[in-house]
Amino acid sequence: MSFLRRRVFTTNHRQLAILYLLLGLAAVITGTLLSLLIRLHRTWPALALPFYGVLKPEDYLALVTMHGTLMVFFVLTIVPQSAFPNLVLPAQIGATRMAFPRLNAVAFWIALASFLTLLSAFFVPEGAPISGWTSYPPFSALSAAGPGQGAGMDLWLVAITLFCLAAVAGSVNFLVTILTLRCQGMSFRRLPLTVWSWLVSSGLTVIAFSALLAAAAMLLADRHLGTSFFLPSGEVLNGIVQRPGSGSPMLWLHLFWFFGHPEVYISILPGMGLASSLLANFTRRSVPAYGLMVASTLLIGVLGLGVWGHHMFVSGMNPYAGTAFGLTTIAIAVPSSAEVLTWLAMLFRGRLQVTTPLLFTMGFVSFFISGGLTGPILAQPALDAYLHNTFFVVAHFHLVMAMAGVFSVFAGIYYWYPLLTGRRMNEMLGQIHFWISLVAAYGTFFPMHLAGLAGEPRHYAQLSGPVAHFANLIPVERGITWSAFLLAAAQIVFLINLFWSARHGSHVDGNPWRATTLEWSPIVHPIVRSGAYVYGPNTAPGQDFLPQWSTNEPTVRSS
Amino acid sequence: MNWLPPNGALDGVRLDQLLRWNLAAVFWLFVAAQALLVAALLWRMRPSANRDAGGGRPGRAFFAGELLVLLAITGLYIVMDVTGHQLWAARREAGPAEHPVQVEVTGVQFEWYFRYPGADGVYGRIRPTMVSAPNGNPLGLDPTDPHSADDIVSSMLVLPVGRPVDLRLRSQDVIHGFFIPGMRLKQDAIPGMLGHLQFTPTVVGDYVILCSQVCGLGHNRMQARLRVLPEADYGRWIAGREKSLLADASGARP
Repeated sequence: MSFLRRRVFTTNHRQLAILYLLLGLAAVITGTLLSLLIRLHRTWPALALPFYGVLKPEDYLALVTMHGTLMVFFVLTIVPQSAFPNLVLPAQIGATRMAFPRLNAVAFWIALASFLTLLSAFFVPEGAPISGWTSYPPFSALSAAGPGQGAGMDLWLVAITLFCLAAVAGSVNFLVTILTLRCQGMSFRRLPLTVWSWLVSSGLTVIAFSALLAAAAMLLADRHLGTSFFLPSGEVLNGIVQRPGSGSPMLWLHLFWFFGHPEVYISILPGMGLASSLLANFTRRSVPAYGLMVASTLLIGVLGLGVWGHHMFVSGMNPYAGTAFGLTTIAIAVPSSAEVLTWLAMLFRGRLQVTTPLLFTMGFVSFFISGGLTGPILAQPALDAYLHNTFFVVAHFHLVMAMAGVFSVFAGIYYWYPLLTGRRMNEMLGQIHFWISLVAAYGTFFPMHLAGLAGEPRHYAQLSGPVAHFANLIPVERGITWSAFLLAAAQIVFLINLFWSARHGSHVDGNPWRATTLEWSPIVHPIVRSGAYVYGPNTAPGQDFLPQWSTNEPTVRSS
Repeated sequence: MNWLPPNGALDGVRLDQLLRWNLAAVFWLFVAAQALLVAALLWRMRPSANRDAGGGRPGRAFFAGELLVLLAITGLYIVMDVTGHQLWAARREAGPAEHPVQVEVTGVQFEWYFRYPGADGVYGRIRPTMVSAPNGNPLGLDPTDPHSADDIVSSMLVLPVGRPVDLRLRSQDVIHGFFIPGMRLKQDAIPGMLGHLQFTPTVVGDYVILCSQVCGLGHNRMQARLRVLPEADYGRWIAGREKSLLADASGARP
């Protein structure tokens, strides 16, 4: 009983972080297994799976839908935006607790309920929904539109509704915690960049997930209460006239992407803040242009709310709107580039301490660049009109959101592991994990650009058909599949390391990375006298860093 | 760069040029950035790297350098945006040419139908209640409307070479994505909305038409063909279809 109270039914944020990490782990394992089935089917469509048989086209689409939903919500949102802030946010601002511990715990339990609801969609008649993670109506509004669009779609919508509630509740807590519980001396100019990121991403979460909550509720109403927010008149499905509506699917596109694009920044901003922190730590130099990094983070947050229309260039909306959204999208590339340039410059300022967290941070930077650079291409409506919904886009977001996001999550786990266990993860296994993952991730997602240039659309259960030129892509597809399996196999090394090191990893002292930020502080109620990243020769007597809990004043002015 | 399918459209030439230099610019930036990462890893882990790194605060030159590179990259983004916008404006903001070939495209799970307005140049009325593919009326043409008698409904899109085309996009059921890779053309067909799409095919030949928006279990099978014909052959095709319409009509009404 006391174990349950201490570890499970707890309002302690660090225990909640562990629960969130376990939820993320369950989701990422499920999502990865689904992606392997996707790859198997694309490469060998006639393959009979043990205990199941040959996948039908609707099974393939259900796999894609559930893979996307699991990864976007339960991995790329849950870990950077729920698990990590629970792990270190209060400590990094010198607080001992969250502002609303119970609300914070409730958020976790709603997220768990959402996860279970989503997975249950696999087990209802007709199975999971098949309309993709974006679930455009009328496809998602009409049960007769396809298998899985009945009970499966309802469960998907309930899961999303619950997730929105959890995300907003959790983020309100983070916002109030950051704004009200900073310790003495922790001014905004001394906040770690991770905290700045969580401030912005939590603000985005409240705004974006509220829009999605409304959209999901409206779609449920369309399905069961006879409303027609998204249903037009004159619908004929399978030759059967549907009840006349007065709505438009375009409304869903707007609401969904008003959520969907900020969601990208919600999942990647924490990684950006972490990259700055870790590069400072492992080069033993300050973050140059701290003010520029803060400004870029804020600017990405604000601009991120105004770019959703670039998902709709080909929806037939007014072409002038395409021009406007193209411009805002190109604009957001500027603060992103400023951050990238700063990271690259940081690598050349000190001596690199090559550790697993540093390698994964550099991997994050690498993917953020390779995925990000195709952004200004896709931001042009004229070019997007060819590339939209092809594998070029699949390559783009898997590199810039999924791989960058996951590599920064790995950086965070390797880096903060000693906080939870008092031990370090094994360095050799960590580096093996990194190098195989890096090569396999590029091997998986880079060739997808070529398939996209050839015009291969997403969501195709098979490449065969009247289109002859896709036959050229089959060797590319096969290579992608082998890479994907290698990528998944490399994660076994990580899992072994994760659990083995908890018992057998080398013991470390309280501040193993000689870091400056307060999560490593031995003092419970610190008074902060210096900035978050005071690193460099002789910044403290005989030391190359000045922790924020130090009672010394900084010897050189720092920001 | 031969991954792109052969282009057969007037604007496609410009689009390909634009896409090629965009890809080239981005590719070399990618190579440069990744090379910097590798260089940092190889060069900055030397034990002596700490000594030549200098103190804690970067100097003016550091910020000037970063700002300069950022300005250069921003300049590149602006050029990309402006050139991309010029093509977009030409394709989408100009509106249809005078006297275009008019065809209506309708997406239905999992078929594309193409309707030509016929000699009167007016599309006949459509009634959802009359939709019946088994009875040969997949679009629900209303026979009581005089304009619908000469409407040609085809499962293949046939167009004359060199003439501007104005497509009208509809969907009967769910959102479909009308995509002709060879014409560098894509737009969603959204139920309840009429979309328009203009282009000019310039190369005679057959092109595949795909669905680019997931629309159901047959999404990947939702393929049709575009046939671009010389003007005379196109005229003969239209005339043949009109003739068989008349024959059907006289056969149906004794």
